[in-house]
Amino acid sequence: MPGPRKAVALISGGLDSLLAARVVMEQGVHVEGINFFTGFCVEGHTHAIRKQDSKRPKRNNALWSAEQLGIKLHIIDIIDEYKDVVINPKHGYGANLNPCLDCKIFMVNKARQWMIEHGFDFIITGEVVGQRPMSQRKDTMPVVARDSGAEDRLVRPLCAKNLPPTLPEQEGWLDRDLLHGFNGRSRKPQIALAAHYGFEDFAQPAGGCCFLTDRQYSVKLEDLWKTRGSREYELDDIMLLKVGRHLRPRPHFKMIVGREEGENRFLEGYRKRFVHLLPTSHVGPLVLLDGEVGAEDIELAARLTARFSKGRDAQRVTVQINEREGAMRSMDVVPMPVDDIPQDWYL
Amino acid sequence: MSARVVDARNLLCPLPVIRTQDAVAECRPGDELQVLCTDPGVVHDIPAWCRVHGHVISEIRHEDRDIVISLCVGDTEGET
Ligand code: SF4
Repeated sequence: MPGPRKAVALISGGLDSLLAARVVMEQGVHVEGINFFTGFCVEGHTHAIRKQDSKRPKRNNALWSAEQLGIKLHIIDIIDEYKDVVINPKHGYGANLNPCLDCKIFMVNKARQWMIEHGFDFIITGEVVGQRPMSQRKDTMPVVARDSGAEDRLVRPLCAKNLPPTLPEQEGWLDRDLLHGFNGRSRKPQIALAAHYGFEDFAQPAGGCCFLTDRQYSVKLEDLWKTRGSREYELDDIMLLKVGRHLRPRPHFKMIVGREEGENRFLEGYRKRFVHLLPTSHVGPLVLLDGEVGAEDIELAARLTARFSKGRDAQRVTVQINEREGAMRSMDVVPMPVDDIPQDWYL
Repeated sequence: MSARVVDARNLLCPLPVIRTQDAVAECRPGDELQVLCTDPGVVHDIPAWCRVHGHVISEIRHEDRDIVISLCVGDTEGET
């Protein structure tokens, strides 16, 4: 006797994908989760870096969802392949540098490949018609199904009744009547369904599942591309954009200033690759200088570093300057008065 | 037999989980695996990943700045 039908569910860690998988599991389908790591995800590590976030659970929400569902979760590293999605999105960006439609197409296509390789039958996503302005509109939902190659093997259980029947519905693997017809931006139906299944403490990301929807983050990424003269990036580049205060006092260099202990510790891991500054007479941040810097730049950076230290009101602050190759010296500087820092230095 | 070692130091979650996952895929049930990490998030994420896949954590040890997670690979029959 053939076993149950098998579906692979895209699990983002948010409520919708959790519910979508659950709705299908209820119909006796074997479900496994897949989660993609693009490098821009808001998950886990960002909480781990920042000590002040320590009250928040340090859990990975996708894994948490899988545990709630009792399913396996496969986490796939797509950092390199995803670059092309971010750099050249065919359908353009959303409000910030979020290429949501291309991203969805890319991820569903990856899930489709996984489905074929592992002998699964269809794909589940938590998309809801009208939920998001770019990727989840009535006219873009078919684009995702078509351009990803998933076609009628892509099931959106939360809004299936608003869409044409998919293959699993036509074949009777899924009972269409037991799927949902959610529509629009209201979260009420999802909250009610979560209560029905007894899900509590689920994650509700506000803007989206990744940093590309964040305005400030997008400004920093745009700045990185502009000053490099190229839109290429490495994982370390995009990780560093998530951490610290970023200032560009001169076009040719940028400062990354740790805001608290957790960030300082994270930045320490990059010490060998950047000229870095540390106040020694007062408690203060670790500061990385990104770019080729001369003596004047270093003095300016030292005064700014002093400004962000506990010695900001002191006459002088001693700042240690560490070169990339390990040479070290100290400099006594006057902290830069806050009013002397132009707002447009902040990224 | 000595445990296979995965070096996931200086990687941030979920990369240590992904490295663990890749290493487990090459293992057989009963094999021991040791994962070296530095991101404190791993003490939550690797055990969570093991729970959903049926692998057993035998020890989580802190050694200086490293976190060493030992696990025993579960029955991966039907593992996808
Ligand atoms: S928010 Fe980020 S991860 Fe989510 S669809 Fe948009 S680009 Fe992709």
